[in-house]
Amino acid sequence: MANSVRMRAKATGNVVEVKALVQHPMDTGQAKDKNGNLIPEYFIQTVEAKVNGTTMLNAQWSVAVSKNPYLAFQYTGQKGDKVELTCVDNKGETFTGKTSVR
Amino acid sequence: MKKFMISALSLLLVSGGVVSSVWAEANPEEDRQHFVQYFQQRFPEIAMEDYVDGAYALPVNAAGREEWLTIEEFPPYELALGEGEELWNTPFANGKTYQDCFPYQLEDGIKQHYPHWNEERQMVVTLELALNECREANGEKPFGWKKGKIASLSAYVGFMSRGKVQNLEAPSTSGALAAYEAGKHHYYAKRGQLNMSCADCHVYNSGMRVRSETLSPSLGHTTHFPVYRSKWGAMGTLHRRFGGCNEQVRAKSFKAQGPEYRNLEYFLAYMSNGLAINSPGARK
Amino acid sequence: MNRRSFLHNVFRTGTLASLAVAGLALPKQLLAAWNQKAFKSKQYTDAISELYGSSSMEESDNIILKAPDIAENGAVVPVTVESELPNIESISILVEANPSPLAAEFNFGAGMRGYASTRLKMGKTSNVHAVVKADGKLYQATKEVKVTIGGCGG
Repeated sequence: MANSVRMRAKATGNVVEVKALVQHPMDTGQAKDKNGNLIPEYFIQTVEAKVNGTTMLNAQWSVAVSKNPYLAFQYTGQKGDKVELTCVDNKGETFTGKTSVR
Repeated sequence: MKKFMISALSLLLVSGGVVSSVWAEANPEEDRQHFVQYFQQRFPEIAMEDYVDGAYALPVNAAGREEWLTIEEFPPYELALGEGEELWNTPFANGKTYQDCFPYQLEDGIKQHYPHWNEERQMVVTLELALNECREANGEKPFGWKKGKIASLSAYVGFMSRGKVQNLEAPSTSGALAAYEAGKHHYYAKRGQLNMSCADCHVYNSGMRVRSETLSPSLGHTTHFPVYRSKWGAMGTLHRRFGGCNEQVRAKSFKAQGPEYRNLEYFLAYMSNGLAINSPGARK
Repeated sequence: MNRRSFLHNVFRTGTLASLAVAGLALPKQLLAAWNQKAFKSKQYTDAISELYGSSSMEESDNIILKAPDIAENGAVVPVTVESELPNIESISILVEANPSPLAAEFNFGAGMRGYASTRLKMGKTSNVHAVVKADGKLYQATKEVKVTIGGCGG
């Protein structure tokens, strides 16, 4: 299954809360596999959130963010806003998610 | 000597060769009522319907419950639900779907009907077994039993059955009673180097701690599987957990979806009869 | 990070995304939006210096750091930072006793509210620091989160 980004965005008055769950192993580079070999670090490094095309959030993450990472943020907005999340990992792979604010 | 007797009896039960008259006094419904009464007396503050929250229903675990509710705001099993939904909705190569294998519609809930006794086949049929047999009947390779796609599919089906009350038929035929008794026996029998039974933790010491873990009561257990455990970093089925529990007391674990665990699941599900499905779960 | 470097990053990340969509592997330099020095710092105060140019912080009651007293599982510790300090540019979360304390940094554009929530790995019992950069000044709140060894399967 392709890495997925699940998102939910809800407006309460003019406060919009966006929640996202991203499928990613977030390997720290410190764990070992069955044969005792180190599993190399493999983790999402940057996250960008855009609302209606404008970047609102730029986050940088370390290996200390949990596996299948979770993120929530809030901004001043309204129902119908289009929110887009772009995550890039240390291998340069990109995962995006989109949602409309309810 | 006692150990030999128990294992000999287990062997007979498991092989299905025992005439039920040995266990004729067994009354699953009576057992269930005693089971429920035990927990209600032990935890008077817990409402019956809250047992589906497992360890998080325990008053002593209020802090754990708060953290669990935070995680439940956007639970890690949502990813598995996405995969499960895709699997359920994708037809097999022959054009048929999973729904075609089940006499119950997904919208009406499927999970609450499992596990059940199949008189014709003389065995307990669990949800995961039914799902994989559906695959095989339609020319597809079955999934592994403990994690990955089977867990995602089972999580999705379970999630679509959330809130549906389980109203299982009480074991009544000789075969069903024998399977029930085998499961009950497994549950109460001591095993492993640590010489402990399931009941030791989940009945007699429920609500107590093992280091920093609060022991959950067995009442309600089967309602909230499969489960995403932070420890596994993934979804896992009930039989995966059974195996882990057996190994934790340093006992040999049994095969997932083998007769031992299917019978154990049958016993446990009946003990939780009347409770609502609360799948899937998120645990530490 | 001031507003100019924030917009600078917007450009870089924009390029990043489109290159990735084109299916090309991204060259290392375009990933400069990730502050390597800050993430490699072993002392949490050094990480903060690398991020913000200074580690001089004021304790603030206007930062609510929500995290469990005792983590259910050190691999998944929910942490939320909320603040109503005016003009918040950045919120970062550091786990003091982790091999590399800086766990995450959230850089905000206009219209963002002072709120960030995530789930972190903690190797052991540690102070968790929430640092907020608002109006050019640094503020922090700290909470100790205990991480235990489980009993069965923990």
